[in-house]
Amino acid sequence: MLHLATYVGLADHSEATLADSFRAVAEGHAAVADVYHTCRTLAGLSDTHRELLAPVAERYGEDESDGVDEPERLHASGLAEVRSGEIGLLRDLQDLHVLADLVRTTWLVIAQGAQGLRDHELLDVARRAAAGTQRQTSWLDTRIRAAAPQALIVAPPR
Amino acid sequence: MADRTTDVWGERSPHGRGTPWSTRVDLHLHDGVGEADVDRWVPSACVLCSNGCGCDIAVKDGRMVGVRGRADDVVNRGRLGPKGLYASTPWASDRQRLTRPLVREGGRLVATDWDTALGRVVAESQRLLAENGPLTHGFYTSGQLFLEEYYTLGVIGKAGLGTPHMDGNTRLCTATAAAALKESFGADGQPGSYDDVEHCDALFSWGHNTAETQTVLWSRILDRTHGAAPPVLVCVDPRRTAVAAEAERTGGVHLAPQVGTNLALVNGITRELLEHGWIDEDWVAAHTLGLDDLREVVAPYTPEAVARTCGVAAADVERAAEIFGRSERVLSTVLQGFYQSHQATASAVGVNNLHLLRGMVGRPGGGILQMNGQPTAQNNRECGADGDLPGFRNWDNPAHVQQLADLWDVDPLTIPHWAPPTNAMQIFSYAEQGSIELLWISATNPAVSMPESARIRRILASDRCFVVVQDLFLTETAELADVVLPAAGWGEKTGAFTNADRTVHLSQQAVDPPGEARSDLDIFLTYARMMGFTDRSGRPLPSWSTPEEAFDAWRDASARRPVDYTRLTHERLRGADGLRWPVNAAAPDGTVRLYGDGVFPTATDVCETYGHDLLTGGAVTEQEHRALAPAGRAFLKGAAFTPPHEEPSAEYPLLFTTGRTVHHFHTRTKTARSRRLQDAAPDAWVELSATDAEGLGIAEGDLVRVESPRGAIEVRARIGSVREGAVFAPFHYGTWDLDGVAPGEGHRQANELTMTVWDPVSKQPCFKTAACRVVPLGRS
Repeated sequence: MLHLATYVGLADHSEATLADSFRAVAEGHAAVADVYHTCRTLAGLSDTHRELLAPVAERYGEDESDGVDEPERLHASGLAEVRSGEIGLLRDLQDLHVLADLVRTTWLVIAQGAQGLRDHELLDVARRAAAGTQRQTSWLDTRIRAAAPQALIVAPPR
Repeated sequence: MADRTTDVWGERSPHGRGTPWSTRVDLHLHDGVGEADVDRWVPSACVLCSNGCGCDIAVKDGRMVGVRGRADDVVNRGRLGPKGLYASTPWASDRQRLTRPLVREGGRLVATDWDTALGRVVAESQRLLAENGPLTHGFYTSGQLFLEEYYTLGVIGKAGLGTPHMDGNTRLCTATAAAALKESFGADGQPGSYDDVEHCDALFSWGHNTAETQTVLWSRILDRTHGAAPPVLVCVDPRRTAVAAEAERTGGVHLAPQVGTNLALVNGITRELLEHGWIDEDWVAAHTLGLDDLREVVAPYTPEAVARTCGVAAADVERAAEIFGRSERVLSTVLQGFYQSHQATASAVGVNNLHLLRGMVGRPGGGILQMNGQPTAQNNRECGADGDLPGFRNWDNPAHVQQLADLWDVDPLTIPHWAPPTNAMQIFSYAEQGSIELLWISATNPAVSMPESARIRRILASDRCFVVVQDLFLTETAELADVVLPAAGWGEKTGAFTNADRTVHLSQQAVDPPGEARSDLDIFLTYARMMGFTDRSGRPLPSWSTPEEAFDAWRDASARRPVDYTRLTHERLRGADGLRWPVNAAAPDGTVRLYGDGVFPTATDVCETYGHDLLTGGAVTEQEHRALAPAGRAFLKGAAFTPPHEEPSAEYPLLFTTGRTVHHFHTRTKTARSRRLQDAAPDAWVELSATDAEGLGIAEGDLVRVESPRGAIEVRARIGSVREGAVFAPFHYGTWDLDGVAPGEGHRQANELTMTVWDPVSKQPCFKTAACRVVPLGRS
């Protein structure tokens, strides 16, 4: 089950990356009150997913040898620093969305494996985490939609 | 009549359950005016709290000289509160009334004529439209205008200009009520009625200090609690209010949760209902969705866990749940203690959940009143001058937008609906960032009422934003404007309005406004005409010019929507004692309660919103909603408790919370001009618990300085009415009546300390959770 271990590792790492990125966006756009507070709440969801996964990860092991550096590569230069202004916020939210989508499909893959293995515990973790990820992407969709018109049409140049 | 600044609720008329509330006609006339001197009485309703009591305005020699309650009115049976009695009329003839338009010249506001003032507004508006389009325009209005004015402003903003940036100060008072009703039932609209007070055997006040905020409703409640078979009261409030004392006297409970923990408490009570099987399983199965998810969300909130989070006794949580679970008819009222606090919508929805679990919606005594803070807040929500589309339409439903486009004869893309309408907090942020360059404020005073006052003053004073203020007086906000327009007030114009339990009154013009002041309707329509707004057929937009024509246009917009006014006209409302919408072919005399049949406006093609995640505000999509197939079933929705945004620290160890006091309304624009009310409550104060005061060496009446990371106030201390760890201040006090004191220098404005942060679903600002410290400044 080497490949499942790889995916467990990917889930853990990508959730950690997503949590860090939510926090980076929160701090970087701290003046935007709802972004600051909601991004911190959503980072907490990713922390919870990792805690849920921890006992299972112990069982399967986390294989860090193959391919799990992907999420780092995705975000490394992307969300360590945020952009400024309304367009910058829009772009940062889009980056978070890309990262959250990687997390979402990772849980999808793990849920499929858990079903094949009849591992109820892992399936439960994957389903609960997927529901949390859905909350994250749903908020990102909502916030991007709200921010876009003003940012595109009338935001003052920076 | 006794002095009602001290005898606030007047004398008791106790009566038993199910018997009618008695009539008592309250009257107040200006000093030296007798009843025989009154030339005529003009029917209206009071606008000094959300109760909306029916009243008649006394007119003598062309001036308003007093008020009298309307004996047969469904809302008040003739009673009026201290604000209604003493503050309804004195402001109108105050010498400080704005009587001419003002424009800023060389940094100062100078008097001018209407053509010059509105000419400046129109020139700026046209320049911005040509350069950057309608997203440069923002409108921030009130809960104090009339239905006709909101609808007209909504049409001008949404169909004339096409800006999504419209909201009211209703965002600060009632947005959570609307949001909670939409999330649970699919559309806005109060399920219950004040009549439920006569029928309930338990009454829960969730963050609602009825005794001070809605005094006539409180006297109605007292008349039950002092009669035969009285209801048991439960009060949720961090202060020991008159409501809390009455809860204890009636054998109920006063729950004083730590500030910002309402949701944990509600989750705990919900869990108790489920654990003890105090639910109507058949009704829940037939009429709701989401029970399993809710059960999972509330599972961790044992009475002991709630006790730890909220700082209340586990036994009190159990007792409150038992009262809710075992009473036959429970009435809940909810207000700012929930709406302006942390996780506002989730907490208010939690109250709806409790009623749904017991099938206790829309039947006598089994009611929900998600209250309003202002009398005509409901109209702003109905008519679309705030973050809603007229007629409770769903901005995310193209068919609903098309209905409006057909009604107004405009391209549907003119009506901004590509994203949620902008909320007030975001409007001010856009003004701060420089992308809203024209901000038009009517009948409200954000420089005092919005959180983090220093920031609001900076935005209003900035050269980047052209600020228009339309009001009765030169408020703290008007002083920062570029153009000030003198408006007519209550009694000086005609219009309808709807109170918190859907009761519609017509308030008729009693006198002429002073000087050159004009009604808000006239001002908006004059602007629209000068801007040359037209529909696709080339007719003027809006097409109407009188209040009655505006009402008729609104009636057409309300047809076939939950908020149906089709059988209401000005003629029918003239002198009527309150009719509750919907008033239509099916219910020609109005509707006392909604949802008695257990059918809710949740069908995907009907609902006002597809709903939100209560934790984050993430929107449910149309496809997700359709997949749930709610088809008339209400939603049970839960969320986990999260800690408030600013938790106490070593530096700021206490929690600052704000609220209202019985003698004042809003920022005292009207109430401070009543000598009696001003004498009764002339200045601000803070309340501390006895323990905290002792620890700080503070005695009753001492001067103290309260500081948060954003600002400070210096006021007298009162000891003992709030729970430990909390500091309460009334929000009413600004600087306009202090001689020679500039805004921000008065050291008594509670919002100097509050935070720029809001609920993720309702977008209502949190006025009740900010960390603070209290420093003694010495004996008085």
